[in-house]
Amino acid sequence: MNSARHPLLELPAAAGRAALNAVDAPMRVVQRLLGVPRIGWMFVAPNLVILGLFTFLPIVVNFYFAFTGGVQLYPSERPFTGFENLETLFECESYLDPSSCRKDLFWRAIYNTGEFALLQVGLMVAFALVTALVLNRKILGRGFFRGVFFYPVLLSPVVVALIWKWVLQREGVLNAVLAGAGASPIGWLSDASWAFFWCVFVSIWAHMGFYTLILLAGLQAIPADLYEAAEMDGASPWRRFSRITLPLLMPNLIVVLVLGLIRAVQIFDEVFVLTGGGPGSATTFIVQFIYQTGFAEAIHQYGLAAAASLVLALSLLVLTVLQLRLTRKSLAGGRGRDDG
Amino acid sequence: MASVATMLSARRGRGKADWTDWVSYGYLLLGLLLMFGPVLWLVLSSFKSAAALNEFPPHFLPYGQKSVAVAGHETPLPLYRVTLPDGATRELAEVRRIGIQATLVDPNAPDREYKVNIRDRKPVRDLQFATGNYSEIFAKFSFGTYLWNSVFITVVATLITLLFNAMAAFALSKYRFGGRDAVFLLIISTLMIPPTIILVPNFLVVSELGLLNSLWGVIWPAVATPTGVFILRQYMLTIPDELIDAARMDHASEWRIFWRIILPLSAPALAVLAIFSVMWRWNDFLWLLIVLSPTEKFTLQLALNAFQGELTTQWHYLLAMTVVTLLPVTLVFAFLQKYITTGIASAGVK
Repeated sequence: MNSARHPLLELPAAAGRAALNAVDAPMRVVQRLLGVPRIGWMFVAPNLVILGLFTFLPIVVNFYFAFTGGVQLYPSERPFTGFENLETLFECESYLDPSSCRKDLFWRAIYNTGEFALLQVGLMVAFALVTALVLNRKILGRGFFRGVFFYPVLLSPVVVALIWKWVLQREGVLNAVLAGAGASPIGWLSDASWAFFWCVFVSIWAHMGFYTLILLAGLQAIPADLYEAAEMDGASPWRRFSRITLPLLMPNLIVVLVLGLIRAVQIFDEVFVLTGGGPGSATTFIVQFIYQTGFAEAIHQYGLAAAASLVLALSLLVLTVLQLRLTRKSLAGGRGRDDG
Repeated sequence: MASVATMLSARRGRGKADWTDWVSYGYLLLGLLLMFGPVLWLVLSSFKSAAALNEFPPHFLPYGQKSVAVAGHETPLPLYRVTLPDGATRELAEVRRIGIQATLVDPNAPDREYKVNIRDRKPVRDLQFATGNYSEIFAKFSFGTYLWNSVFITVVATLITLLFNAMAAFALSKYRFGGRDAVFLLIISTLMIPPTIILVPNFLVVSELGLLNSLWGVIWPAVATPTGVFILRQYMLTIPDELIDAARMDHASEWRIFWRIILPLSAPALAVLAIFSVMWRWNDFLWLLIVLSPTEKFTLQLALNAFQGELTTQWHYLLAMTVVTLLPVTLVFAFLQKYITTGIASAGVK
């Protein structure tokens, strides 16, 4: 760095020196006690303490909640009830008919989540693939268009929901377009089927760019000479796509599919703001059921919410094992969460 | 089918443009409309007055009725284009309206009054940006508090995340202590435990620690990101060990080595993680919904969620708040797009 330092940098630089010196003295003591390689424990300690408190301990405590009842939060005040919470969730005359279940909202949420995940991920990956193929062509403004499709990924789910709520509301611009074409307005968010459709649509709109980016990276990793050789051998465009592009892109497609499913079964934020789970329970998904049961309703049924969390955790476990099996890249891929 | 396939399999580097190029550009322009259109519509709408927002069908740009100051009247009068009984049209200001009869005057000669049927007058409109929407959200609501809470959580959590994750990554990449690989696996395995499945027990932990309704109840659970440890460790593995050995020869302590050598050299990876962390914390929602209940602790996201339930008739405020909330992310994106997209493509996270 140059010797002439900008005055604005003086303050952070001084703060940095102060932090270094303040921590250095105790760390020297620790270093003398532990020795050099073992001081590594000192460096990982803050991360491990946080993970222990807010991830590993909660995993264990979640089981405790799932097997105890009552409305108290503190574990010592909760009576042990065994499998009662799980039995309550699974008490059904017919699992195919949510209204025959004791907790019909839970089963509606499960069916909604399954339907949503399959539809949303299927359509999203299809659109992401087409978009990636188009962006992989020699076109003007590639970087710009890549940015266009990626931009919504960065918006907060609440903002995404409000953007579309404003478009879809009864006197919104979409109904104005309909009215201009002579059609009568539609309650996009008050009709059950349309509300479900828009949850799928908005969720694709918000997340597609991320998957497009991964598929585009996969496409660009395919060597160009494969296509040149195939072209010289007179392979048809369709054949080049199905015999070169698809097989070589398959690992990326699998990652994108499973990752999309892991995210989709946890859908909550956008939908909660867009429809609030309604109309009725048409767009209530599993995380919203957990949130409502445990926190939003007047009586906080922590046990039931924890039991429902176990069901969600089990489905995520299945998907994760599937991902590891299919990609065989062990844990190093580092994919699966979108919040840290 | 074959021509669709041509489009699907074409690669960069061909010379002449054919119709598949036009299909591609058509697709991209449709994408542009669909991706940016709703956002543009939101921003334009946020500059409309409450009255303009109530119009159906809506205008694309924020039009409002023009008004003029007329001598003898304290407030400006709305301007109309009037068709007079003799067939002439003139722009007149409306003084009053009784039933279907309106009384108007010429702004330049306000002495003579014209009485016409209200069907014969049409409002004169011009572009009016209702910037008041933006100033009023700060004056009428505690919007400044929400903004501050969001900024506080984002900045503090990001700083702690960078420090803690860099410390862990340093230990996992530069020391050979017993159990190191197990610790790495343990940290990375938490990628598979999303917060959505441990909401209830985490609520207990946070309330036992006395962090309920505190911004720290949002910050602490978020700072030990496995993604951050992973990105930083991969980067620090490329820093040569000779640098560390040389510093040890000069009797630098391990902490000093971390602070003076490792941190500055990891700046590119730290920058990537900082961008990610800002996005994550700025956009967080569900956990905050559970932990922060008093309105003075709300972040922008929580406030927007609360307002959209209450202020359904006050869209002009809600739209302005939404625009303010998406502004920082949009600015970051505009300037750092390249880094974000390449960072995501290489790390596979968002």
